[in-house]
Amino acid sequence: MKKYDKLLNDLAPKKFGKLGTIWTISLIVIIIIGIIAYIDQLIKGQVVTNMRDYTLWGIYISNFVFFVATSFVGSVTVAVLRLTKNNWRTPVVRIAEIISLAAIVMAGITIMIDMARPDRLLNLFIHARLQSPITWDVIIIPTYIVLSLLLLYFPLLPDFKILKEYFKDKSPKLSKWYGKLSLNWTGSKAQKAIQTKSIQIIALMIIPVGLILQTIDAWLFSTTYRIGWDSTNMGAYFISGAFVAGVGALITVIYVVRRAYKLEHFITDNHFDKLGKFLVLACLTYLYFNINEYLIPTFTASKEEEIHLNTLISGQYAPLFWFVIIGGLIIPIIVLLFKKGRKPLPMFIIGLVVVIASWWKRYLIVTPTLLHPFLPIQGVPESWHHYFPSIHEWLITIATLAMALLIITLLVRYLPIIPIQRTADEQEELLKNTKNAE
Amino acid sequence: MKNNKTNSRRKFIDKGIKLSLLTAIGGIGLTKLASKLSAKPTSNSTGKIELMTTEGTIIQVDSSEVMEMDNSKKHKEYNVREGMPNRKFVMVVDLAKCKNALKCQSACNKYHYITGDNAWLKVYKMQESKDTAPYWMPTTCQHCDHPACVTVCPVDATFKRRDGLVLIDNKRCIGCRFCMAACPYSTRVFNWSDPNQGEITLAKDLKMHDHQKSSPEHAGVPSIKGTVDKCDFCPHAIQEGKLPHCVTACPNGVFYFGDKYEDTVTNGDETLRFSKLLKDKSGYRIMEGLGTEPSVYYLPPVDRLVDFEKGLENYTEFQSVEKSK
Ligand code: SF4
Ligand code: SF4
Repeated sequence: MKKYDKLLNDLAPKKFGKLGTIWTISLIVIIIIGIIAYIDQLIKGQVVTNMRDYTLWGIYISNFVFFVATSFVGSVTVAVLRLTKNNWRTPVVRIAEIISLAAIVMAGITIMIDMARPDRLLNLFIHARLQSPITWDVIIIPTYIVLSLLLLYFPLLPDFKILKEYFKDKSPKLSKWYGKLSLNWTGSKAQKAIQTKSIQIIALMIIPVGLILQTIDAWLFSTTYRIGWDSTNMGAYFISGAFVAGVGALITVIYVVRRAYKLEHFITDNHFDKLGKFLVLACLTYLYFNINEYLIPTFTASKEEEIHLNTLISGQYAPLFWFVIIGGLIIPIIVLLFKKGRKPLPMFIIGLVVVIASWWKRYLIVTPTLLHPFLPIQGVPESWHHYFPSIHEWLITIATLAMALLIITLLVRYLPIIPIQRTADEQEELLKNTKNAE
Repeated sequence: MKNNKTNSRRKFIDKGIKLSLLTAIGGIGLTKLASKLSAKPTSNSTGKIELMTTEGTIIQVDSSEVMEMDNSKKHKEYNVREGMPNRKFVMVVDLAKCKNALKCQSACNKYHYITGDNAWLKVYKMQESKDTAPYWMPTTCQHCDHPACVTVCPVDATFKRRDGLVLIDNKRCIGCRFCMAACPYSTRVFNWSDPNQGEITLAKDLKMHDHQKSSPEHAGVPSIKGTVDKCDFCPHAIQEGKLPHCVTACPNGVFYFGDKYEDTVTNGDETLRFSKLLKDKSGYRIMEGLGTEPSVYYLPPVDRLVDFEKGLENYTEFQSVEKSK
């Protein structure tokens, strides 16, 4: 195990520092508050939200769509990096997979939070009907969870083995766990062959499944007869949007992890540079679909559609709309086009803004449409004409976000973020190559 | 030899299981098919008689095998999900007659114990553009033939019957509200909190609902927290040969209700040929362009007999359900 010593010192999971502990505890507190709010919602019913018969979906659904979108990062990085054997990927992929897993798990939970009768969850299986996009969601989300989990797990096997040895004296308990998780990994040829093969199969599977997931999410809206949803653009629009949200989240998390664990050696500026280019590409594609979604209808719009678009572009939702378009797409594109913009810190800020804008973007997809039905809103209380999430909704939503972050935090705490074995192999190879060159 | 025998027997059993499985699946398929086909009237009468099984499928039996039983209650019962056989309910709303009396709405609210904030039946104040005359437009669930609400429901809680009614099984609904998002007519309402329908459980002596079990044909009785409600065309009334509550309550004869197959509709006072009525008064359906194929037809608000202004007296912009307390 000699050759790993230096690496292990850098990469083995470490206990949280003071900041890490505070961070984790705050997350847990937020989650507990959210759970209390949710129990209250269960008891009193959805009245505690500000959703009503017109705005029948609110931030829960936008949050769900956001999580689904963010989870796409797993598929993307796999598709682009793992399968194309990009060698700069090693430090990035695992974080992407962790984000992906956390997001998709939370997507599943969030959709249940929106359901008014979670006690009847079983009906989704007993009485499942295939023409409903929700049924497809019920099938595809668990599939994606399993695939993401395996894709995270299989490459970890050799590392678990290493960690088992490493923690033998330091923490026998941890060592035992790592030992169990390593599934008796010895690194034999046969094992390696199976491992490589399984990873490849899962990697191949997760791409179509990820695409289907995004598309179903889009169809959830486009199977309705509503203005602003009833669009054939939706599938592609959602996929490109997911691209943006996912890469944005990836950049943000990578930056934090790098700072917290002092991994500057492994996650270099070069990585940020590459990810920055990646994000520009995503933003540009998404911008294109946004133009399709908003600009084209402004030319051909029916009266109803025009009203809908006007509230977005110049009406009630205009500030949010322009924040999302300018802050979340145009500025990132401009900044990231410059080499200086692709340095870690500016990238972090941009990534954060992109993620926030992505979240609000989902809100803009869900809410305004509902407030512009075909028939006028009449005969219902004044307050039903508007929607802004209630305290309950905020608390619960923030708790789900905190829970996603907690999952990420815990995984980062106990897993080697940078694959140890792989890095060692790569370094060896590098060494060989340089020697040969000399 | 012996071995062979057991082997072949095993094979036989194996085959048998597979075969019976296949027949079972095929059977389900066939009965489904049959039930669809039988929606059309059949004309071959060779001493056979068509009967509906308790599952709602039509079977043919030799008439000699059928015994007549007088006054059997069973005749009246039908499969709630299949609907009443060989009927197709439609409604015609004559916009020329509506003066926003709102009796339809209050009757609907009363008989369905609507306690939320949103009535199932709404009378909209409509004006297409500045230079057209305003008019009142009552809307119920349109009982669409291509109902978006049914397509998107993940658990088949909202379902379409062969007699044209779109109903909700509020014991099955999971409260996802997808149907509400999908319906372009905004007719669905949600029980955001416990519907305070105390009187229903108290008053067991209600004649209309003497069997107090909730069923899709008694929509809203009782309403259940976290589920969807909407206009159901009053199947409990139709079944007894009565008209829906809004139809009978309207003092102006705005609503006509009837059977498309019979080609008649009635508002209680007059009975008319459905097809002729539509043709003569150029009936239309709202938002026909969406392709939902509603079962509610409108007669345009032409030659208005009534003053629009008068209706304003009853108009409350923010309330369609009167609160008792
Ligand atoms: S009007 Fe709406 S609720 Fe009624 S059947 Fe049509 S889509 Fe469904
Ligand atoms: S809210 Fe109920 S009736 Fe409507 S789609 Fe969901 S499960 Fe079906």
